[in-house]
Amino acid sequence: MNLPYSAPSSGFWAATAMIAAIVLASTAGEVLTAAAMKSIGDLDEIRAHSGMKGAIRAVVTCPLFFAGVGFLALAFFSLLFALNHLNLSLVAPASASLTLVTNAIAGKLFLKENVDRRRWTAAVLVCIGVYFLAH
Amino acid sequence: MAHPKLSLWQYAVLGLVSISAPLGDSCLSRGMTGLPGITLAHPGTLVAAVFTPWIAVGIALLIGFFASYLTALSWADLTFVLPATASGNVIVALFAHFWLHEAISLQRWAGIVLITVGVGFVANGPSLTEHPALAATREEEQAQ
Repeated sequence: MNLPYSAPSSGFWAATAMIAAIVLASTAGEVLTAAAMKSIGDLDEIRAHSGMKGAIRAVVTCPLFFAGVGFLALAFFSLLFALNHLNLSLVAPASASLTLVTNAIAGKLFLKENVDRRRWTAAVLVCIGVYFLAH
Repeated sequence: MAHPKLSLWQYAVLGLVSISAPLGDSCLSRGMTGLPGITLAHPGTLVAAVFTPWIAVGIALLIGFFASYLTALSWADLTFVLPATASGNVIVALFAHFWLHEAISLQRWAGIVLITVGVGFVANGPSLTEHPALAATREEEQAQ
């Protein structure tokens, strides 16, 4: 069907690069914001001691938080760019699910989270699913 | 894990979690495919796109998703809310097919189902890592 808003087709490597940009930027953003929130400490405690203004000040004076937000913004614009060139039924599931996998790896490497056999099995299922999506 | 009975409002919030993200992504896709091809030579076009109607509606829906997701997490476990977001993969495919008229092959449907099963599989596991130092502190607090 040739609709005025049908997405133009892109090559395999161009599509891979666009999805990789979304996945890497959102993983960096999420890891940095998670690390920022951990370094700030319990916001409820800060709010109890210094009030809401103190809690907001604690967040907005943390450089890691802004680095995270910057990467999340980059991920959003990468998503818009990809949607300008690729089909939604490829971009949305592939980027969301691969971000899940890279977050698990980043969580293990940087945030020392436990990634058990169940999560690795899920990661493998997701990767096979993305392979089917792309071919 | 047993969950207390949810109220009608809480079911509505879970429904919003499932529907708002795929609907938001569909609006973004509708808006971006309506624009001429954007190249990396003109990145400013991407910023201008944010102010077009479909993209603005998409952003509003994604903010709505985030708000309902956080609300759901305030009274339900992550392992209970995550399957609601996993179903978004199927819903987004339905929007792509029936609204944006994208051709979705059987293989792509199989991929979407596998991803949804994969996310659901994670949802059945433990949601929080017990760090030894944190566990020791908690045990000390309980002993007091």
